[in-house]
Amino acid sequence: MAATTFKAIYNDDDVLMSAVKRLRYEKYHIEEVYTPFPVHGLDKAMGLPHTRIAITAFLYGCVGLTVSVVMMNYIMIEDWPQDIGGKPSFGYLENMPAFVPIMFELTVFFAAHLMVITFYLRSRMWPFKEAENPDVRTTDDHFLVEVEVGNDEEALKNLLLETGAVEVHVPKKK
Amino acid sequence: MYTFSNRLRLGSYIAMAVGLICLLTGFLTAPSNVEEAKAIVASSHGDDHGGAHGEAGSHSTEGYGGTVTASDHGESHNGEPTNATSDTMKSEHVVSHENTTAQGENHAVEGEQEYMVSSGHQQSHTEGANHGETHGSVSGHGGSHGEEAHGGTHDASHDEHLLHQLQNRPWAALYVAAFFFFMIALGVLAFYAIQRAAQAGWSPLLFRVMEGITAYLVPGGIVVFVILALSVMHLNHMFVWMDADVVAHDKLLQGKAGYLNPIFFLLRAAIFLGGWIFYREYSRSLSLAQDQSDDNSYFVKNFRWSAAFLVFYLVTESMMSWDWIMSLDPHWFSTLFGWYVFASMFVSGITTIAIITIYLKSKGYLEEVNDSHIHDLAKFMFGISIFWTYLWFAQFMLIWYANVPEEVTYYVARFQDYKLPFFGMLVLNFIFPLLVLMNSDYKRVNWFVIMTGLIVLFGHYLDVFNMVMPATVGDQWHIGLPEIGGILFFGGLFVFWVFNALTKVPLQPKRNPFIEESRQFHY
Repeated sequence: MAATTFKAIYNDDDVLMSAVKRLRYEKYHIEEVYTPFPVHGLDKAMGLPHTRIAITAFLYGCVGLTVSVVMMNYIMIEDWPQDIGGKPSFGYLENMPAFVPIMFELTVFFAAHLMVITFYLRSRMWPFKEAENPDVRTTDDHFLVEVEVGNDEEALKNLLLETGAVEVHVPKKK
Repeated sequence: MYTFSNRLRLGSYIAMAVGLICLLTGFLTAPSNVEEAKAIVASSHGDDHGGAHGEAGSHSTEGYGGTVTASDHGESHNGEPTNATSDTMKSEHVVSHENTTAQGENHAVEGEQEYMVSSGHQQSHTEGANHGETHGSVSGHGGSHGEEAHGGTHDASHDEHLLHQLQNRPWAALYVAAFFFFMIALGVLAFYAIQRAAQAGWSPLLFRVMEGITAYLVPGGIVVFVILALSVMHLNHMFVWMDADVVAHDKLLQGKAGYLNPIFFLLRAAIFLGGWIFYREYSRSLSLAQDQSDDNSYFVKNFRWSAAFLVFYLVTESMMSWDWIMSLDPHWFSTLFGWYVFASMFVSGITTIAIITIYLKSKGYLEEVNDSHIHDLAKFMFGISIFWTYLWFAQFMLIWYANVPEEVTYYVARFQDYKLPFFGMLVLNFIFPLLVLMNSDYKRVNWFVIMTGLIVLFGHYLDVFNMVMPATVGDQWHIGLPEIGGILFFGGLFVFWVFNALTKVPLQPKRNPFIEESRQFHY
């Protein structure tokens, strides 16, 4: 059975940050935080592992660079060599300076687009996906923290109110 | 308060002394007449000369420095390579390519007009068109000497030219090193002024370090000025346009004489240096006064002066790069040269800030500086390295593509005689920092930033080397006693002056309005 969670709602990102730090200090487990905008430093405060998106970006960039080189080698050198501006396409290296802007652009293009797509998929967001956030106000101006309930529900409720939560949602007893 | 450690001080003295000895040796062993010059070249041909730039094709450039006379410069030699390559039709490409290459190898040995082809795997069609032009008329400075040139067709002007190149070598080595360390201080001054003008919150903790480095502007600027003044007094042949004989035979230089003349040249240099040094000293005094003040008026004043300085700097830095470096090749010009030199000095300056900050931290000073500050400096190192490459490539690609004879000569000289430093510099200044500083975590590892920084600094020394040497010593370059001596001497002077300046005041500003933000800075 999934652990029950309390949902605390905050209306300021600074209050949210200090609340998250306090909850972590008190050894509560934070399931998830929903915010209307990226809150700087929240990932560190929550103790999330370091993102690996940078590694994927590097790899995608390498793919883009390779694609551009192979593509232009085929188009400009092998398939249909032309003499542009007195520089006949005899070989890739010889004409390389002319290709550098395209190599750069495709590297950036692949890295950027594939990185965004990866991010969406990793966040389990795809077209026609139902929104997962428990309260629609987190897309407007409220911040929601899901905290796993420990042994003492009352203590957690008090703690959340103490940290500045404007609402605390307690699931109904079964 | 920082105290200059004795070991560092002693180290800087030793570096200066050894450097001075090497430099003097360089000056004393420079040939004083044509016979000595020929003897030097003959003896060095067997060993290091061949090794240093003995790439295939680079020695096949018979006599374009010496045999083309000064009056030739108007015409461009559209040699065979241009026609051979550009007229080929699509279906014949492979065949004609092989032909051209084969031709090139033959002609390289014969050493006539077709010399271009053999080295032309990068630039076969560009090179044919332009050699006779610039190098001939600028009395052959930067011209290169094929091996054949020393066997067969000598003439007196060629020998004279060789002598000048060899005589230039210690001067050029001195100038490259003097300019390089001066440029670091100037780059730091620009970075400092930007922090001031932007009212940056992260950097005030580093202001005293930056001010310490910019203290070197005074001795460094004076040395560079003296070298320029000695050039004007004809103690060397680095700036060919200073030679009245050359100008008398050169239409292009006559046209530029209104700008490129010795008096105006020195006057400009004095204005540039005066302006930079004035801003440095004044901003420093405002910065110190702010520490004793009880309001922010000095801070605001410093902000205004810094913004005004940046305008002055961007104009004068650009002109300085034309005067002090671009005019070494007085026929050649590039409109973004000033930016290119700026990028080089900016990244060298930021790297030096990072290195000195980390050094001071390791000695227990600057406790408040944390890894996030180092991280930001390393991000700048990374970013400006890419920026430098962007400018380098923007300059190169347009010239390569347009293929205008008087422009491509600049790169032809470097491709042929400077393969190792020229391409090595690209690896050190672009590929190396790109791969090594890309990872976010590595930018926070202090020793890693230091090691990377030293390599980047060496790369930018090579950059200056590549800017100055081809025009002054041509293919007679080595990294030998005078070059190393120059680095040691000015490196020692730089360390001595900078760390001495750092001992003068506490390393942390007290009353800067952003000091608290800087202390709390985190990434």
